[in-house]
Amino acid sequence: MVDFLNPADWLFVWLQTALFVLLAPLFTGWIKWLKCHLQNRRPPSLLQPYRDLLRLTSKTVLLADNASPLFRGAPYIVCGCMVLAASVVPLLILNQPINAMADAIVLVGLFALARFFMALAGMDVGTTFGGMGSSREMTISALAEPAMLMVVFTLSMVASSTNLSTLIEYNLNQELVLRPSMLFALIALVMVGIAENARIPIDNPATHLELTMIHEAMILEYSGRHLALMELAAQLKLVIYSVLIMDLFFPWGIATEASFASLGIALVALAIKLPILGALLAVGETAVAKMRLFRVPTFLAMSFSLAMIGMLSFIILESAK
Amino acid sequence: MNGYLDTYSHLTLTEQSILTLAAMVLVSSFALLAQSRVVATIRLFALQGFLIVVVTTLVALDTHEYHLLYSAAMTLLLKVWFIPWLLTRQARKLGILRDLDSVLHPGVVLIAAGALVIFCYSVALPIQRFAESISRDAIAISLAVVMLAMLMLVTRRKAVTQVVGFMSLENGLFFGALTATQGMPMVVELGVAFDVLIAAVVFGIFFFHIRDSIESLDVDMLNQLTEVDE
Repeated sequence: MVDFLNPADWLFVWLQTALFVLLAPLFTGWIKWLKCHLQNRRPPSLLQPYRDLLRLTSKTVLLADNASPLFRGAPYIVCGCMVLAASVVPLLILNQPINAMADAIVLVGLFALARFFMALAGMDVGTTFGGMGSSREMTISALAEPAMLMVVFTLSMVASSTNLSTLIEYNLNQELVLRPSMLFALIALVMVGIAENARIPIDNPATHLELTMIHEAMILEYSGRHLALMELAAQLKLVIYSVLIMDLFFPWGIATEASFASLGIALVALAIKLPILGALLAVGETAVAKMRLFRVPTFLAMSFSLAMIGMLSFIILESAK
Repeated sequence: MNGYLDTYSHLTLTEQSILTLAAMVLVSSFALLAQSRVVATIRLFALQGFLIVVVTTLVALDTHEYHLLYSAAMTLLLKVWFIPWLLTRQARKLGILRDLDSVLHPGVVLIAAGALVIFCYSVALPIQRFAESISRDAIAISLAVVMLAMLMLVTRRKAVTQVVGFMSLENGLFFGALTATQGMPMVVELGVAFDVLIAAVVFGIFFFHIRDSIESLDVDMLNQLTEVDE
């Protein structure tokens, strides 16, 4: 059982979250680097996202005259939500005190809170692009969130718990089982992750093309350290989704107790699995073209149906009667 | 950990793959519903047939009911190779291979499909209690494949995709026979396969007749037929 008052346990939570935040720009840089190579372009250094963030923090913040306090506060709330979400997801070690305090549904709620403030901030200054981006973002998230929750429900039915740590431990401890529900939950989660993180078939964060941009349109008015926080939040979200996919479906190597040996193994496993996941994303983004905005609802309806089939196939096929 | 969950992880890997593939058959039915391109629909139908062939083979090996292998071979020959080939050829001849047969409200149709699956599950529960085979859990899925194929027949407007829906319905029936009773008697199965084959050929002739009389394969236009004095 987890001891809530043990400072050593909380130290791990802090260290893990710090590692998450430090890792996020590197992961984005790695995907960008690989994509450049795949497209025969000269890649920027792997550390470029860190330099960008540093450069942005040293710049002056330019604010519109009619910007409300909400506009200035939103980056801190959005980034804070993401850091909090990062602390909930087990990166290296399971059974932390924070895992008992926040489960998978809280995680979805934190994402929703961040998105809510981002959409408000997009509309705050009153430019056309901001409002357009917000409305598109809300359209997509209104469809993606039920799918995400359905995935969470499927997984929690399999392990009979919504606690992320228990879920992962259940998957870690069972022998090799081919579960249709897990298979479909994985596919649905990948599709939701692509949509939520504004990756290529849905949105391309690397361009500023007014017809297609969603995420970029919302943060177009930000500059300086506010923009840095928003960028960091986006990078964190991507790495959280990747770690979530990696942990829930391929949990091998993650530490269950706090010893140097198991933490070392967890670190090595992370260093192998996360780059592979990033590489798959980069290859996928290079191979696939961006789809029309009007086809996004079908894409998300498909992911929702997959998550639902996952849940139904658990009820129909896997549970004994 | 939890007693009632463990029954699944105690199955052998073959049995687990049978159930996983059964779930994939269901997914292919959903994909058939959502896919609007004619050529992709035909390919998906072939894929569904192939999945059923693999399930049949696995069931045959798992239960030592080797006569199922003949059914599998027949399905492979007919539904994976011959009928898709025939449909593709006819669609190409009619010049509609790359056409769209767009579904009107894809989201609504998918939700309706989900509701149908839940309905089929509750209907199949009493049957499942009496069936003995390992694949009995898939009875609900085979029923769902039939219902989804009917939904496809209702929502599509082009004759070719409706025929694919009809063939997919037959896939569901075959799958149902496999999961509930370890396959129909060989005579029945041969008869059904022959019927499907004839149906495919007859449908092919119908395509040309429909196009000749209303100059389109959009079946909705048949609603507007009136008698004209010539």
